[in-house]
Amino acid sequence: MNRFIPYLVLLIAGLWLGSSWRDPKPSPSDFDLGSFSRLPVLAGGRIKPLDTVARNSLLILRGKQTLRLANGDKMTASRWLAEVLFNAPVADTYPVFAIANQEVLGMFGWPQADKKYCSFAELHPYLAKIDEEGSRAADATAKERTPFQTSIYNLRNSLLLYQRLKDSIHPEKSTGFAAEINTYAAAKAAAKQNTPPPDKDQLALLRAAETRYQGQAEAASMLTVPPPAGGQPGDWLATGGALLRVDSPQAIPAALTAYAKLSDAFRAGDHAGFTQAATAYADSLQREHPDWTGRSSFELRFNQMEPFYQSTVLYVGAFLLACGSWLACPKGLRQTAFLLLLLALVVHSFGMFARMYLQGRPPVTNLYSSAIFVGWGAVVLGLVLERLFRDGIGAACAGMVGFITLIIAHHLGSNGDTLEMMQAVLDSNIWLATHVVIITAGYSAMFLAGMLAVAYVVLGVLTRRLTRDTAQTLTRMVYGVVCFATLFSFVGTVLGGIWADQSWGRFWGWDPKENGALLIVLWCGMILHARWGGFIRQRGLMAMAIGGNAITAFSWFGVNMLGVGLHSYGFMDKAFPWLVAFGIAQALLILLSRLPASKWGSFRNAARRDLTAAGFTPPASAPSVPSVP
Amino acid sequence: MTALHRLLGAISSLRLTVICLAAAFVLVLAGTLAQVQYGLFFIQEQYFQSWFVWWSYTPTSFRLPVFPGGHLVGAVLLVNLIAAHIRRFSWSWRKLGIQLIHLGLIIMLAGGLATDLFSVSSYMRLKEGQTKNYSEDDSRTELALTELTGAEADPVIAIPGEVLAKCGAISHEALPFKVVVKGFYRNSDLQMLGQEGGPTLAAAANGAGAQIALKAMARATEMNQHDTASAVVEIIPAKDGKSLGTWLVSVAMSQPQDLEVDGRHWSLELRPARYYKSYSLSLLDFTHETYPGTQIPKDFSSKVTLADPVHNENRQVQIYMNHPLRYQGDTYYQSGFEPDNSGTVLQVVRNPSYQAPYIACVIVSLGLLLQFTYHLIGFARRAKSATAP
Repeated sequence: MNRFIPYLVLLIAGLWLGSSWRDPKPSPSDFDLGSFSRLPVLAGGRIKPLDTVARNSLLILRGKQTLRLANGDKMTASRWLAEVLFNAPVADTYPVFAIANQEVLGMFGWPQADKKYCSFAELHPYLAKIDEEGSRAADATAKERTPFQTSIYNLRNSLLLYQRLKDSIHPEKSTGFAAEINTYAAAKAAAKQNTPPPDKDQLALLRAAETRYQGQAEAASMLTVPPPAGGQPGDWLATGGALLRVDSPQAIPAALTAYAKLSDAFRAGDHAGFTQAATAYADSLQREHPDWTGRSSFELRFNQMEPFYQSTVLYVGAFLLACGSWLACPKGLRQTAFLLLLLALVVHSFGMFARMYLQGRPPVTNLYSSAIFVGWGAVVLGLVLERLFRDGIGAACAGMVGFITLIIAHHLGSNGDTLEMMQAVLDSNIWLATHVVIITAGYSAMFLAGMLAVAYVVLGVLTRRLTRDTAQTLTRMVYGVVCFATLFSFVGTVLGGIWADQSWGRFWGWDPKENGALLIVLWCGMILHARWGGFIRQRGLMAMAIGGNAITAFSWFGVNMLGVGLHSYGFMDKAFPWLVAFGIAQALLILLSRLPASKWGSFRNAARRDLTAAGFTPPASAPSVPSVP
Repeated sequence: MTALHRLLGAISSLRLTVICLAAAFVLVLAGTLAQVQYGLFFIQEQYFQSWFVWWSYTPTSFRLPVFPGGHLVGAVLLVNLIAAHIRRFSWSWRKLGIQLIHLGLIIMLAGGLATDLFSVSSYMRLKEGQTKNYSEDDSRTELALTELTGAEADPVIAIPGEVLAKCGAISHEALPFKVVVKGFYRNSDLQMLGQEGGPTLAAAANGAGAQIALKAMARATEMNQHDTASAVVEIIPAKDGKSLGTWLVSVAMSQPQDLEVDGRHWSLELRPARYYKSYSLSLLDFTHETYPGTQIPKDFSSKVTLADPVHNENRQVQIYMNHPLRYQGDTYYQSGFEPDNSGTVLQVVRNPSYQAPYIACVIVSLGLLLQFTYHLIGFARRAKSATAP
């Protein structure tokens, strides 16, 4: 019976995953947004479903992908976007603007709470002031801004984004968009044929409408009108831009007619009409642009599944089970942990490959995706180790690294669309697929080696479980993984140099990001040569591997925070305290590894031979042969 | 064991390798962090392309070497590598990987040193329709003395900035006058005289410099800043030795200044050093594409005509991101563009050892792959036997 328990757990986990694949059931008293949220638009240079636009906008404004209303009700991003697009006066009352800065709250005369979500309506009286202070902050560079300025600058950008969103389809106060564009198109047709000759008032109205559409087209944050079948992504138009080209009621693009219907149905509270309009438009798009709608529907599904959230949960489970296997029921728990880890990896891989399909790029294109990939690589390596050694350590470390890197990814992804377009110099799939992937795999290996070393120190000092065999196994694992890290870091760094030679005209320029990669290579070289020369033993190896954690973190994030060099497109500074804390934690772990044998739970009563192997008391007759494990 | 043996042993020892790697690690880490304050170029010179990192006490000229610089660490590592390679070399499958790795590293280090010493980087700025047969080096200057003869090509005497920096008297057989450098400034700030609260002392007696004040500045450190080199020169005709006075020349001045000596007309200009080519490039078209609906740049591309009468070449070339033009030892990269998209900036690199990293990379990768495959097999075998019941 016991043999089946691991599979039973796997089945339960599988069912939990499967539950998220179903389409969310709309509440009968609200709109069915299924078809609406999958409608493709072009935003940020990429064709994506409205659901993604909604989620990313909320993420920027509010820091979360969902909205919680003042009465405590939850609202999905798509539902919110529908309100913003079609019924702005109501959307204005939703608390979507997150303000965390006390001074900014104080500026409005509000109680200085920790964090406040306020609505556009609440901010409305202060718009001029926010704009004034925000523009002043905009003149300063990101480095020079005070926390107050950063906050007000972000708030101003949020308000601009919100304003542009509201204007995406029709002016926010529109009460009948269908009627408006029909009148406009008829007036244009009449003006063209001069029958009857348009009077002055009509002409003035026409000019006013055109001016407004021109403004809309220039400020639009998303392009809503697709080209006819066979068109290119560059042929999408903003609502205003499409209207300027209209010269008769028949020429109104289907997209605008559809959005006008959606808008009228939405404001009228006509659930059936809304669903029907959305489905009809989605179907017609499906016929004209099967590729774009297919991708867009897939992205909607991907958004709803949240594979990285799911694998985060599974990684924690696998980690806890693997740790548990050292306390009780070693075989069963270890196998359960292994299976859960495998399942987590499948979901994680699905998420990663889904992103690759959506973007048409290799897996690592920005910091967010690098975190996803670092975790993925470490988990693959950890699973291989677990398969080879079957002692739960590989599984525990893989689960931990997977969990931490996905949490990091989650926080890196809070700046909006993580499937952003690549800057010109990065627009090279060959180099992204080789240099970037290989160097990131090197990070994976460094972190896994570091985590294994942490396991050695923690198990050794705090418990008595670090037996001679476990210590030797861990040493072999760390050594092997460091070799792997050396291979990947070195090849990745050199390939980076060759890419730099191709695009900037120099193989090596001492740019911080390049130096960061070099630091990892040098550190690996030091570990390996010191080991071969017998200058370090088990504990020395572990201490250096833990040091590798800090160096890799510096190379991954730290150099971007220096704010110099050609790689500053990955710039971010919010994580600075975390990076410092991580570095300090590694330093403490290294100090812990330097404790004398009497303070180590596992070495207190160890044999002389084991103490020597661990590197505690080098005997006078130290062997001159290097002790390669 | 003789002292020589011991020395050879030390030179080829693993201990020295680890020490070198550790020194390199500290140097790179310190050099990276120091860039925040001093900028990339300064640190590159001080830390990486030097034999020692110096600590200097500013008010005096006292300075002390505090750490080995990049060249020293690299050179010792190179010697260590070669020595170890010679001493431990043996033909065996087990060692082949390691041998290849270290051979590749030797090539890479040697190539890196050669690049540091011999590579030259410059820029070619072209407007659409413009043709040039020279590139300009922003980090070096030259004082160009052009005789205005009215003929199709005027003779030019160019005095390199390095010579000006010595602040001596310069004469040349083709020049009917001596140029005495009164002052040379690697970086400077020019200001018009006569502004309220502004400077009052003119930099020179003649030319535009009579209305301009000159202030010496510290070298620029930021990536997006450049030094503004300036010099004050005195012109003394060779015939009578009677000084004509001083002129201010600066790369910040857009126009050359005229000068008359013995009825011959000359123009005087401090400009970025020029490297002339035996061929020319003309810019036909520059394009700057963005992603639809955004301002994110997608591609920069220059269409140029390459004309080389010597080698009978006349063809069109497209230079764009990650696709440079390599010709006659020069490599042209798409580097930037004029603010209004009317022209392109090509980076021109002449690096005789540019192939070294490519060769090294292949050799080292092969070696690493061999070595770790060899280890992995043993590793997996041991792991299997360790877990076997």
